[in-house]
Amino acid sequence: MTTPFNFLPHTDADREAMLRVIGASSQAELFSDIPTSLRENIRYCTLPESGLSELELQQHLKDWAKENTGASYASFLGGGAYHRFIPPVVNTIAGRSEFYTAYTPYQPEISQGTLQYTYEFQTMICELTGMDVANASVYDGGSAVTEAALMAIRSTKGNTVLAADSINPEYRAVLETYLNTLEGITLKAFNLESLPQVLASYDPKQLAAIVVQQPNYFGCVEALDTVREYCQAQKTFFIVAAEPFSLALLEAPGHYGADVVVGDIQPLGNNLSFGGPYGGYMATKEKHMRQLPGRLVGRTLDKNQRPCYTLTLQTREQHIKRERATSNICTNQALNILKATVYLTLVGPSGLRYLSDLSAQRAHWLSEQLSAINGVSLLFPEKPFLNEFSVQLPVPAELALHALEKASILGGIALARFYPDKPNSLLISCTEMTPPDQLKRYVDVLKNLLDKPNKVQPKNTTGGSKSLLNTL
Amino acid sequence: MNEATPHAPSSTRVESIFTQSTPGVMGLSLPPIGVATKPTSEWLPEKFHRKQAPRLPEVAQLDVVRHFVNLSQLNHAIDKAFYPLGSCTMKYNPKICDVYGNQEGLTQLHPMTPDHLSQGALKVMYTLQQYLSDISGFYATSLQPAAGAQGEWVGMRIIKAYFEHTGQNQRTQVIIPDSAHGTNPASAAMCGFDVVEIKSKDNGLVDVEALKHLLSDKTAALMLTNPSTVGLFERDILEITTLVHDAGGLLYYDGANLNAVLGQAQPAQMGFDVMHINTHKTFATPHGGGGPGSGPVAVTEKLAPFLPKPLAAYDGEHYYLDYDRPLSIGKVKAFWGNFEMMARALIYILAYGADGLKQVSSDAVLNANYLKVLLSEHYQVAFDQVCKHEFILTNEKQRGVDPHLNTMAIVKRLMDFGYHPPTVYFPLIVREAMMIEPTETESKETLDKFAQAMIQIAKECAETPGLILNAPYTTPVQKVDEVLAARKPDLNYFKSA
Repeated sequence: MTTPFNFLPHTDADREAMLRVIGASSQAELFSDIPTSLRENIRYCTLPESGLSELELQQHLKDWAKENTGASYASFLGGGAYHRFIPPVVNTIAGRSEFYTAYTPYQPEISQGTLQYTYEFQTMICELTGMDVANASVYDGGSAVTEAALMAIRSTKGNTVLAADSINPEYRAVLETYLNTLEGITLKAFNLESLPQVLASYDPKQLAAIVVQQPNYFGCVEALDTVREYCQAQKTFFIVAAEPFSLALLEAPGHYGADVVVGDIQPLGNNLSFGGPYGGYMATKEKHMRQLPGRLVGRTLDKNQRPCYTLTLQTREQHIKRERATSNICTNQALNILKATVYLTLVGPSGLRYLSDLSAQRAHWLSEQLSAINGVSLLFPEKPFLNEFSVQLPVPAELALHALEKASILGGIALARFYPDKPNSLLISCTEMTPPDQLKRYVDVLKNLLDKPNKVQPKNTTGGSKSLLNTL
Repeated sequence: MNEATPHAPSSTRVESIFTQSTPGVMGLSLPPIGVATKPTSEWLPEKFHRKQAPRLPEVAQLDVVRHFVNLSQLNHAIDKAFYPLGSCTMKYNPKICDVYGNQEGLTQLHPMTPDHLSQGALKVMYTLQQYLSDISGFYATSLQPAAGAQGEWVGMRIIKAYFEHTGQNQRTQVIIPDSAHGTNPASAAMCGFDVVEIKSKDNGLVDVEALKHLLSDKTAALMLTNPSTVGLFERDILEITTLVHDAGGLLYYDGANLNAVLGQAQPAQMGFDVMHINTHKTFATPHGGGGPGSGPVAVTEKLAPFLPKPLAAYDGEHYYLDYDRPLSIGKVKAFWGNFEMMARALIYILAYGADGLKQVSSDAVLNANYLKVLLSEHYQVAFDQVCKHEFILTNEKQRGVDPHLNTMAIVKRLMDFGYHPPTVYFPLIVREAMMIEPTETESKETLDKFAQAMIQIAKECAETPGLILNAPYTTPVQKVDEVLAARKPDLNYFKSA
């Protein structure tokens, strides 16, 4: 091999010298334990033969970015992933080599940086959720909901999990995939309004958990008293999925009886990045601590009695317990929780509350303006909401999205994507990234479209999107 | 570095962020609301209001920066020095991949952006699916799993779905070597399979005779890492995969050690049916303090219908997400997977090309064998033959001098020489294992210096074992009391005594 690869340091002279030390005649000889039939029959269809320069690679990245035209639109998309301002400090810190190129803190003596921020993250999540213990993250909000349900099944020995039909459909899909795999476990969707009747049809011993989301996928803040009362009386796990910004305004679920609080830390300083990597958080009461999956960092002392941190309670984990572990999780979202920790440290309690309030104020302003348009109303007019709300339009949601798209606005999520019975509904999200001029443009486009009914083509245009229905 | 001797810790500890908090201070300037506002109580009934603000820290921006910069300096990292953590493939990931972070067209792209406005991202996914299928030799690849362990679960779930679909529900057993990563049995169990452990032979490889006895019409799959976790290629791999297939079972390939066989052999051609790929090991995901990862799953044509949905697809003009997959096991992750890791993996693959990837595995194996030879006189080599990308040493020579000289004690001393210790006590089948994986990105000079440090430590073990037993000396904190941490869990600053 004579082509130099700039990331491989050896010269051919190095390789020869090393082979002499080993006593091998060629690098190929080191692979002679692999059957010849395998070595001689490597087949590629599309893989390019040789590599590119850094300059060319950079151009590829730029081109891909440019082809994502939607990334520069004004965006009212939410639904579990949110446009939030990322203070430059976040990526300055997260980009530091000492964090970025370290790995799992197996050796505490030289990993105190990772361990301490993880402990600080755990504490911040406990503060936000009103809980005693939080883990060092799972993959995302969907896996957090799923792992919480699995915790409940292990702890209660119940065989049924009830999940509200208003939890994020992306989370519900993950929950379904995992629970439907398990023999004898049933996952049942329910509507909060009819919960008492649903509960009446179950033996309480069967019910491992009731899973709700607050605010729910439609943006509504729900009264959860029935769930709380039932769970407290029956020892069923009360699992609440909560978006972190909402916890600045809404009562912490730990303070109203939740057993596990879960969610996704993406809005806290993490890129949208077309869906990941994000980070699932999980917080619980001390009595459930040993049922938590994933890594936990604890404070302890070194041999000189100096306070320090280490991974702990590892006997729950797969590398010790193997098939009897609480979960198979190993990799977590360490870099993402670093971003969340830096973010929360920057904004503090009042900044988080301010941004949460700002987003809600803008959402309320927009919802009022939209509701004043001919035929537009809130989908759930009687329910309070924060920064995200659902509207009912007089036309298919896709038609409105298409008109907004022409004005370089991503107007929200067509709920028909997940709820085929809601073809004319739209989920709209506001944050500090949707400034007043964008709100006004949004209103103008819809006014223009809907206040001139003769212009409306009442057919369901897809706006180029291939997948509208049946997407789960 | 060879003169490393006991001295005072080089760094002091960093105060908890919660003790640095001053009410009213904030590290960020906030934008105006910009619309007419209403009091909270007008739109949110009192009963929902948060009563007590969370006790988040209140710290000025410079102090936030200093806190985290000071914390970072307590870490070891690849960019500082050699990190031979076996099984974790701690290679240097080209910084060109980090250019991702400067592209708002990638970082600011919402996952629900319509397909026609996210063509660049979908092209990345589609192309990577093809390249990973190529590298592994498989028919199709899903990029959705968030990490290796989730990839394992998906692979096992696909196997389960296949047997359900073909009416073979009696296939409930998954055979896993005792040398496997802990995630293997954990993933199989989470899928509802019964785990059957197969003992490894003395040479660390699969005992083919024992395997024959375990195979039956209950066998769903054999999960195998190849090269195995002891760093050796399964010479009998073709016989093993034939035996399992003849018994009606399927074969799962744990891609943790893919770095050793890139361009040398394709798992599909070895006879495997499904595998996961750890992009955070092989393909340039930043190691990140333990995550994020990404665990794409590749399968044969027969298993492709069961892959998670959606897959990225191309109709000749446009890229799109294909949900029309009626036999799919469903979704395992919200949205489509860890996209940033996909873009980085694609850049990495494009940086090397097929020729370069073969050179990656060639140099990874060269480095491991070279280092093994340099150390073989001073430490017991667990399996004395040509290894692949990693090898295992034990403390057999050292514990003869002093029984307290266990593997952990020996490797802790490496920290005083500026190195991260190897993986220890894994795999479980080797007593007192030290697993060393140098990776292909380390130079001969680095390996030589590391060998000198290891040889110096071997000398200290023989001459001054006490020096070893109290190590490390130069780290930010010294030997950490992990027993205390587990006995009195202190996991939350505000609950701490």
